[in-house]
Amino acid sequence: MKQEAFASSSDRVEACEDVDVTNILRILDKHNEDRGGLIAILEEIQAEYGYLPEEALRIVSDRSRRSLVDVYGVATFYRSFSLKPRGKHLVCACLGTACHVRGAPRIAEELERQLGIKPGETTPDKEFTLETVNCLGACALGPVVVIDGHYFSKVKKSRISQLLDEARKGFDSAEIGKDKRIFPISVSCPHCNRSLMDETFVIDGYPSIKVNITHNHEEGWLRLSCLYGSYNTATELDIPGNTVVKFHCPHCGVEIPCTSDCSMCRAPMAPMLVDGGGVVRICSRRGCKNHMLDLV
Amino acid sequence: MITLKINGLEVSVQESSTLLEAARFLGFPIPTLCHMDGLSSYGACRLCVVEIGEGPKAKLVSSCTYPAEEGLKVRTASARVLRARRMILELLLASCPQSKTIQDLASAYGIRRQRFKQEHEDCILCGLCVRMCEEQMMAKAIGFRNRGEKRSIGTPFDIKSDVCRLCGGCMYVCPACQLRCTYNEPEKAICGGCANLTPPCIEKEHFDDMMCYMDPCVACEIKKD
Repeated sequence: MKQEAFASSSDRVEACEDVDVTNILRILDKHNEDRGGLIAILEEIQAEYGYLPEEALRIVSDRSRRSLVDVYGVATFYRSFSLKPRGKHLVCACLGTACHVRGAPRIAEELERQLGIKPGETTPDKEFTLETVNCLGACALGPVVVIDGHYFSKVKKSRISQLLDEARKGFDSAEIGKDKRIFPISVSCPHCNRSLMDETFVIDGYPSIKVNITHNHEEGWLRLSCLYGSYNTATELDIPGNTVVKFHCPHCGVEIPCTSDCSMCRAPMAPMLVDGGGVVRICSRRGCKNHMLDLV
Repeated sequence: MITLKINGLEVSVQESSTLLEAARFLGFPIPTLCHMDGLSSYGACRLCVVEIGEGPKAKLVSSCTYPAEEGLKVRTASARVLRARRMILELLLASCPQSKTIQDLASAYGIRRQRFKQEHEDCILCGLCVRMCEEQMMAKAIGFRNRGEKRSIGTPFDIKSDVCRLCGGCMYVCPACQLRCTYNEPEKAICGGCANLTPPCIEKEHFDDMMCYMDPCVACEIKKD
């Protein structure tokens, strides 16, 4: 038992060689090093690396004056934290009572067979991690399988290979067109009221929204997908993630005035008028996917 | 001062004292496993249950964590309390049958048979060692890990902790492994747990504030010879 534990811990050290100290310190700085924010810190580290590297936990305990035991205790207590590297896609099969009687064990078996791994393991090509959960609270929809945050209800054995294929391609690209919650909108500048739609540049098969952006005194175009719910963009500037840019109208050149702040990252949100009435607000931070639609 | 009644006897205790302290002041015996003077109360073993209140509102509480209240009526050895304690002891005995401390308590409470499957765990998760390490030794080298069925006590990542000074305090307080060495199988008469740990007395020169808690200490015995 002990021997095993030692072996796996040395694996972990190898796997986390690429932990960047400055990266962890940036996350810690954001949380003011107050003792209350440990879960938020760990969540952010997990979002960055996909798991919690041993080295990262040691840095967190060193810099925030918490003991390593406390940090480790929290990290192992919650199921959402993983101390082992995870694959690109997280497949989660519900084995709760309702799902169980509707055949979840066979679904889980099929997933294990097709991926060639047991629950809690990751495929050698680091594509998939298989996990089981004891209830997702969606018992009427069982058996439930969750892949990368997308819920699939009443899953049958025959559907699994198709689901895994879709996961490999990425659900964000596969679902557009099928999903009725994703629909095209056309918008115009809130200052001059001229249309921002650009027929010459197509994203997701629809005309794109064209705005000019400035970042570090550089100016360039940015084209957004007009599908509400799609985050595909194109730009000629090289903008690092997490930076806030300013939006300008390509017709009147006026900076689009931001009247509200993003509820997720506190960056200003740029409003645009929706044809047919209403306002869509887009967060100006690169990487933040928050946007809001107010229809009148 | 707070006045309360324990088993019909009136007693005045200071504010912020617990029912356990009040009962012990009067001399009523309450068995404990996870309580130790000098460490904070934890309420993990539930052995110290007492009955408070009257009639249908009477309930069982752990006396080591329940603060004394004005006018409270406490029974430390009612039939309900003894029944609950016996059940707890039986369950503890099933999880750690080789612990001398638990065996003695069980025999004192008249447990003569074992209804549950013996698990032979080496820990009852009472948390004494965790509190000893944190509160008396100021080290915080061990703690609780995982949760539910997989909950265990140990160092982070299962490797030797940087802050552990090998004081042996955790083994000194442990009700499950402290008296293991008196096991009834002759070849296991010495468990060797302390020898495998590199006992402190061997490395005593490295630490100024070292205290060896192990009794008997295998390393000391070997050194003497």
